[in-house]
Amino acid sequence: MGSRSFSATVTNRGGELSSLDESLPEPTGAEVLPGESVRTSEVMSSLDHHEKGIPTSDAGLGMTIFDCQDVEVFYGSHQAIRDVSLSFGLREVTALIGPSGCGKSTFLRCLNRMNDLIPGAKVGGHVIYHGQDLYAPEIDPVQVRKRIGMVFQKPNPFPKSIYDNVAFGPRVVGMEGDMDEIVERALVRGALWEEVKDRLDENAFGMSGGQQQRLCIARALATDPDVLLMDEPCSALDPISTGRIEDLMSELKERISIVIVTHNMQQAARVSDKTAFFNVELAADEKSRTGVVVEYDATETIFTNPSDKRTEDYVTGKFG
Amino acid sequence: MTGAQIAANALEGIRHGERKRLAAQLFNGFMYGAIGLAFLALVALIGQTAVKGLPGLSLQFFTNFPSRINPSTSGAQSAIVGTVYLTLLTAVFVIPVGIATALYLEEYADKTRWWNRLIEVNIQNLAAVPSVVYGILGLAFIVRGPLGIGPVLLAGGLTLGLLVLPVVIIVARESIRAVPPSIRDGALALGATKWQTVSRQVLPSARAGIVTGVILSLSRAIGETAPLLVIGAASSPRFNPSGLNDAFTALPIQIFTWTQDPNPQFVDQAATASIVLLLILLGMNGIAIVLRNRYEQRW
Ligand SMILES: Nc1ncnc2c1ncn2[C@@H]1O[C@H](COP(=O)(O)OP(=O)(O)OP(=O)(O)O)[C@@H](O)[C@H]1O
Ligand SMILES: [Mg+2]
Repeated sequence: MGSRSFSATVTNRGGELSSLDESLPEPTGAEVLPGESVRTSEVMSSLDHHEKGIPTSDAGLGMTIFDCQDVEVFYGSHQAIRDVSLSFGLREVTALIGPSGCGKSTFLRCLNRMNDLIPGAKVGGHVIYHGQDLYAPEIDPVQVRKRIGMVFQKPNPFPKSIYDNVAFGPRVVGMEGDMDEIVERALVRGALWEEVKDRLDENAFGMSGGQQQRLCIARALATDPDVLLMDEPCSALDPISTGRIEDLMSELKERISIVIVTHNMQQAARVSDKTAFFNVELAADEKSRTGVVVEYDATETIFTNPSDKRTEDYVTGKFG
Repeated sequence: MTGAQIAANALEGIRHGERKRLAAQLFNGFMYGAIGLAFLALVALIGQTAVKGLPGLSLQFFTNFPSRINPSTSGAQSAIVGTVYLTLLTAVFVIPVGIATALYLEEYADKTRWWNRLIEVNIQNLAAVPSVVYGILGLAFIVRGPLGIGPVLLAGGLTLGLLVLPVVIIVARESIRAVPPSIRDGALALGATKWQTVSRQVLPSARAGIVTGVILSLSRAIGETAPLLVIGAASSPRFNPSGLNDAFTALPIQIFTWTQDPNPQFVDQAATASIVLLLILLGMNGIAIVLRNRYEQRW
């Protein structure tokens, strides 16, 4: 299984490196000039309709979708992460690994401004998405979340029918078109359609955990996001359900970018193109623990030839 | 150590348990005794009410107005209609205000602010205030004073509304709090606004608990006598309230009036009216239980 994703990694990497050399990422698809102040909704609307806007060919590969610069997060006075500078490639899968409490979820929540919802959380630095700083004052976090989907660790379907679960996103963002079609398309993309097409009216709570998680993925896909953020999406699932979701991710990768947090090294190796290793650092006073990025590279390199000793110890299971 | 010794050692603890079991049995007996006593009192009360009141329970009791002179043509129409109107009025007042307050406190209020904490503590305290105090409040502010609308139906509804509002707020808050945060995160992560999340996910998920709580609160309001007496509900009116600004009475008031009557036949009418009131309460609580069992969301 590993070889399949590794070969993909190598082909992607050449393009990725070239775009990393550029100081400013080119906006993709959108007619946005760097430096121009743009409302997200404009960026968003120009990114609508993937089918037209971003073809599923290799065009655009190697472009940067997220460019994070010196991101830091405080919960009250406790600094959870600092100096996180990572950029993610368009239509790549990036894995975030590291020991518990090192701030992977915290960082992931910066990417769609979910940290805004935590009282006392403060985000510093820049999260540049398609050339636009998501933390600029003119940005509406609700609009950000419309474009950047998220799947949580524990499946969290709404206590409603399968249909209503999927239709919720398109309804609140006011998507045009036939709702039945939108729901069917999302469930097909979530690899769930065949299993549920005859019981769309049933309550989602009656599904298995694995089905619920795929429903949550389908639900996130229904609004046609550009990026999917996944926080340990398989940690509550059995190996078969996990395998399904991993297969699903490699299909989704054709069209969208994925950032996944995982504690499962094999999973990171199987699904991701690039991997960032986070670790906790003790402050000088040995009291506060802050997460930092130790190493960020192609997944193959991280797992076979890491340059940092701590990375090696972690991926070989010596700690964490 | 022989096998017998081992067995004896092991069993010692078990025999020790016998004393404890005796204590437990005594305590159990005490509890059943207490429950039995309470139950007996209830049965005696209901039994006596039934014996006195059931003979008077006829269609005429529902269609006639209360008489001061002739018990055989007397009925409780104005009181029953008054109770129904009062309940509806209380509901109209308390449901929007109660749910909106609960939503504000649970979903929007910043709990680190002192005024929000003050509101919270106040609501808890208000729920424990005796009902007669609400009657005084209604008399001073609604019947007289600033509103000054007189002892009319609207004043009764508003007073009972104030009385049950804290309870409705507390019950609604509990139902809203029972909705897991992951539901809110899920909706917000899909690009829903705060209000869309609250109105389309949180509130519908909490609906069963809120409705049950509202019904139970209203059934408390129905049984209240003291505040209505204080604000000056009419006694034995021979007419139904024809509008919000009309005099009114309610079943507990009518029962109270009849029990004060020197004629024992009117006292029996009080028992009949009590049965009607009990049936209404049982019906409402039954509806609340059915709704809760059918629609309660388990997480
Ligand atoms: N809502 C919060 N309020 C306060 N502190 C928080 C909050 N969420 C996380 N933290 C703190 O931030 C640090 C990083 O937590 P985070 O959940 O991001 O770690 P993680 O890498 O995702 O861990 P895990 O692998 O266990 O999920 C921890 O020290 C944690 O205690
Ligand atoms: Mg986490």
